[in-house]
Amino acid sequence: MIVIAKAIVIFLILLGAILCLISAIGVLRLPDVYTRMHAASKASTLGVVLILVGVFFHEWFLAGIISAKILLGIVFIFLTAPVGAHLIGRAAYNTGVKLDKRSVQDDYGGFRNFVIKRKEDSYL
Amino acid sequence: MAFQILLNALLAFTWMFMNDTYRAADFVSGFALGMIAIFMLRRFFPQRFYGYALYAIFKLIIIFIRELLLANLSVLKTVLSPKLTIKPGIFAFRTDLKTDWEITILSNMITLTPGTLVIDISDDRSILYIHAMDIEDAEKAIHDIRVSFEKAIQEVSGK
Repeated sequence: MIVIAKAIVIFLILLGAILCLISAIGVLRLPDVYTRMHAASKASTLGVVLILVGVFFHEWFLAGIISAKILLGIVFIFLTAPVGAHLIGRAAYNTGVKLDKRSVQDDYGGFRNFVIKRKEDSYL
Repeated sequence: MAFQILLNALLAFTWMFMNDTYRAADFVSGFALGMIAIFMLRRFFPQRFYGYALYAIFKLIIIFIRELLLANLSVLKTVLSPKLTIKPGIFAFRTDLKTDWEITILSNMITLTPGTLVIDISDDRSILYIHAMDIEDAEKAIHDIRVSFEKAIQEVSGK
């Protein structure tokens, strides 16, 4: 039983660490802010959560402690990581960071220009 | 829904007082009996029986975990492929959801799913602007979002 528990813990923590590494490689390789946010928000979220689950199982199986703090940490990461990615992407777009030249479609640009134009009109 | 859960807890406490035993096990058995009572009296409540909503929330969580794993596989494939052949872009997605919390949950889930990231929500809360890693999949992504997430969230709010 101890061996199976250790195997599960090792698998989870190793997988989480590999996902974090892949997310770091993605931040280096991908071309612009938005695609980098894809790598940074998704892969690292699941990576950190898998490491936390591994630590939770380690405490539970091998020390007999059920640590609710780790579960709370998982919930908080799930709640906050996508919001952070959304806000960074939005702030980048609104401060004028260009999309990569590979991009083929931009529905948001027209909308943003429309809003800015409307605001300028209202100031007049 | 909150009212029914509160009523169920109250029934569980009544069960404990009637038995004169104050343990967690009695609370659980009282809660189960109260749930049966509320289910039998469900036509007197303005909303539907809250068990359906709990089941819908459970289903939403399962869908969420599955999509999260798929998202990571797709990011992994993109990052580790020798050539970057992606075509990123921003597309507009018209949503049928009305209340703020539904749209918040939908955009959180879209951000954590394959190749999509919510950039902005229009002022009248009807259009989500989504950055897609590969715009050729956008049609498929829209279809997936509509079929899986929007329907699951609508089931939770009971429409």
